Amino acid sequence: MTDVTDLGIAELRDGIRLGKFSAREVADAFIVKVSRAKALNAFIVETPDHAIAAAKDADAARAAGETLKPLAGVPIGMKDLFATKGVQTTAASQMLEGFKPVYESTVSGRLWDAGAGMLGKLNLDQFAMGSSNETSYFGNVISPWRRGGGDNAALAPGGSSGGSSSAIAARLVPGATGTDTGGSIRQPAAFTGISGIKPTYGRCSRWGVVAFASSLDQAGPMARSVQDCAILLENMAGFDPKDSTSLQLPVPKWEDNLSGSLAGKKIGIPKEYRVDGMPEEIEALWQQGIDWLKDAGAEIVEVSLPHTKYALPAYYIIAPAEASSNLARYDGVRYGLRELAEGQNLQEMYAATRAAGFGDEVKRRILIGTYVLSAGFYDAYYTQAQKVRTLIARDFDNAWAQCDLLLTPTAPSAAFALGEKSADPLAMYLNDVFTVPSSLAGLPAMSVPGGLDKAGLPLGLQIIGKPMDEQGVLNAGLAIEQRAGFVARPESWW
Amino acid sequence: MSESTYRIQGDTGEWEVVIGLEVHAQVTSNAKLFSGASTEFGAEPNSQVSLIDAAMPGMLPTPNRECIRQAVRTGMAIGAVINKWSRFDRKNYFYADLPQGYQISQLFHPLVGEGQIEISLDDKNPDAETKSIGVERIHVEQDAGKLMHDQHPTRSYVDLNRAGVALMEIVSKPDMRSPQEAGAYLSKLRSILRYVGSCDGNMDQGSMRADVNVSVRKPGDAFGTRTETKNVNSVRFVMQTVEIEARRQVEVLEAGGKIVQETRLFDPDRGETRSMRSKEDAHDYRYFPDPDLLPLELDDSFLEACRASLPELPDAKRRRYEADLGLSAYNAAALTADADTARWFEALLAESARVQKKGEQEVARPAANWLLSDLFGALNKLGKDLDTSPVSPEQGAELLALAADGTLSGPLAKQVFEIMLETGDPAGKIVEERGLKQTSDTGAIEAVIAEILAKNPGQLEQYRGGKEALFGFFVGQTMKAMAGKANPAVVNELLKKALAG
Repeated sequence: MTDVTDLGIAELRDGIRLGKFSAREVADAFIVKVSRAKALNAFIVETPDHAIAAAKDADAARAAGETLKPLAGVPIGMKDLFATKGVQTTAASQMLEGFKPVYESTVSGRLWDAGAGMLGKLNLDQFAMGSSNETSYFGNVISPWRRGGGDNAALAPGGSSGGSSSAIAARLVPGATGTDTGGSIRQPAAFTGISGIKPTYGRCSRWGVVAFASSLDQAGPMARSVQDCAILLENMAGFDPKDSTSLQLPVPKWEDNLSGSLAGKKIGIPKEYRVDGMPEEIEALWQQGIDWLKDAGAEIVEVSLPHTKYALPAYYIIAPAEASSNLARYDGVRYGLRELAEGQNLQEMYAATRAAGFGDEVKRRILIGTYVLSAGFYDAYYTQAQKVRTLIARDFDNAWAQCDLLLTPTAPSAAFALGEKSADPLAMYLNDVFTVPSSLAGLPAMSVPGGLDKAGLPLGLQIIGKPMDEQGVLNAGLAIEQRAGFVARPESWW
Repeated sequence: MSESTYRIQGDTGEWEVVIGLEVHAQVTSNAKLFSGASTEFGAEPNSQVSLIDAAMPGMLPTPNRECIRQAVRTGMAIGAVINKWSRFDRKNYFYADLPQGYQISQLFHPLVGEGQIEISLDDKNPDAETKSIGVERIHVEQDAGKLMHDQHPTRSYVDLNRAGVALMEIVSKPDMRSPQEAGAYLSKLRSILRYVGSCDGNMDQGSMRADVNVSVRKPGDAFGTRTETKNVNSVRFVMQTVEIEARRQVEVLEAGGKIVQETRLFDPDRGETRSMRSKEDAHDYRYFPDPDLLPLELDDSFLEACRASLPELPDAKRRRYEADLGLSAYNAAALTADADTARWFEALLAESARVQKKGEQEVARPAANWLLSDLFGALNKLGKDLDTSPVSPEQGAELLALAADGTLSGPLAKQVFEIMLETGDPAGKIVEERGLKQTSDTGAIEAVIAEILAKNPGQLEQYRGGKEALFGFFVGQTMKAMAGKANPAVVNELLKKALAG
């Protein structure tokens, strides 16, 4: 019999519908895989009961001859940035250790309504701040991948959605939610050889998602195929009156309209993304991607996004500025950690609570954000960064006059070893160099695996689309997926 | 427009006071600015707090349309520019009663721009001495919660019922020059807010409070350094704050000192203002546009609907009462200063016109006089207001009709009114049951007069000898003998005849 944990979302969904296996069998198989993968540290909390309950519902509905819900009996992982009712939600921070919300985030709620079950809450960089999953209070997530040639160095699964990427790549879950602020879905997807799409800003409600940088945060799916991403996204997206930045648009039938043919499409290659010191393998992969898209019928054009080099600095002003304000609510007054020694006053309680509860990277960004918003520096930094953001968005608008989609590498390198960059924040921030511009512009963007580097580690290609054109992005992703034939998977060592 | 001549006499000469007010007015709405939680006053602590108000992780604000509508209508009522594009900003600071760690306000692009409020400095003749006070802006923002320090010996408790309640911050220009002007401005503003219905204006419940900016200067000099006295909660206290703080500043300056720009508080018990915090430890609020909220864009149809919903405002109403109803300037002003009074008066007027089958202008004067003197006098004694008046406009109209058609004389009407206040019975019923009808029965009156003349031969002689002032004496005696029920006009006529012999 097939190992159901090797199957993706679509196969599981269809298999349950057709009675090839029961939802309960599926849930049990994944629960066992999760319980045996502690070494990856991908989960902060495991929730087998949740997955089993959803499976029972699905099996009962099928037995009763009812039409099954779109994700009936499909178990998934939930990034621990989404509030889940009655289940600990921490954003991987000590600040929220033990916090059990009395509410369910809109995105997770939609997935449960669609019949999905939850295998657990996935680890991440603390408050989604990081590109390697080394900032979690609950310890590093380890990538299931290893470099070839007996190099057993523990590798970064990418960040911040590293628990999600690691769990999917290791077949602990068939799919998971991620959130992307400057590349936190795409970069970990690239590092672990899976797919992930950040939709247009506003497609998925932010309600109930622990905020990092409100004007950038966007939820999206991560899975092993483009089709699986489309299925999950359809069940996550949609207008939510509780989020005033939510788009008032119907959710398209992305899965039904998937097509790998790009006839008539123009694909832009932004010349500014050819950065100095980029590994040859990345260059080669990019060229390979161009050839695949041509093969799918697309025309290739070179485009210019002249403000690209300012994107990263602007991002590292805007995101921390918003974070410094968003994280002010963790003050020790209403929930979570409180550090208050005898005789201390209110100010001392704030200071002690925040000193103890926030990790170094979070503190670093709060300090940067506080600085760039402070009187006297506001115009020099924040106002300037917002202007850059406008220029970057305009770059993309200009590009859309020439092409329908953009193709770039997802990250400037393959996964690095844990600890390799953690002492150098600037080197770490450079990981997001290709993903940040489209985040600043609020555009849909996806990473799909393109191949392996010399060490046998996955490399990703990124497709960026026009606002609301998730379909175009998914179709180009599918075209690459069909041609790349990416079947590599990490060998189980955990 | 006139310049106030209020001056503080110091040792070095006269000082002029410059005043600006920042008024926080709680928007009348069933829900908070960015959440659906209730805003009712006086509820159990923390019983009206949504997840959003408590700033639980992942919670997002969504603007409450009604709060925006009320602020726009308020702006329109003071002739202000309404900004069709405005934006919410975050004002960041830490305090236990501020759950998010920031207040959502509007710094850079307020909803309402410049407008003005006409104040009047002469109650007797409102048009005689007026002044226009500029309003700089009105923006909407969230209120904070409150800390309670008196519940436990060593702990402080937090009540978030108010957290997130919508406030309008109405910022005046530094156009006021005397305590009287500041008081008149605040009263007028409150009157307008109550007319518009955008704020209940209840200063004692904290739904309206003023930050009072005061500076002094030698007349003609540039503005001096100002202080800001926070959260003053009555018109009288605002006037006292201005007076006390200006005098303090003059004393400091004349003693060779300097005014420090600082935040102060007013202590009504001790009649002084005290320093709260100086500018040196002022917060850096790190304002920036709230990324959870899109800019607020108002369309023409929304603005038109706001405008169409505005009631007649106090100044227009006062002028109409004078011109169309023929009321005195004083009465018109007294009836229109307060929206509830005007509403009550108009109900009385309409009902009076209906029952008397006359035009409103014909019944307006007696109605106004009765309301302002008889009813207000009675309510004052009872410690009640129009809301709790034992006599309704309909009942008042019935009483006025009985007086107008001669059924009741003035004194009888007063007597019936007293009984109405006590029993709550309608005037007609009282008249009927107690036989308090005025009589014009000439035979009965003539008989009484004959009796009076017979009883007072001395006075009669004096009168006939030329002392005509005694006429009043005979009227009084006759009315007394008739228990006040005789028609005075008939009494007059018959008396004159009888006295003439």
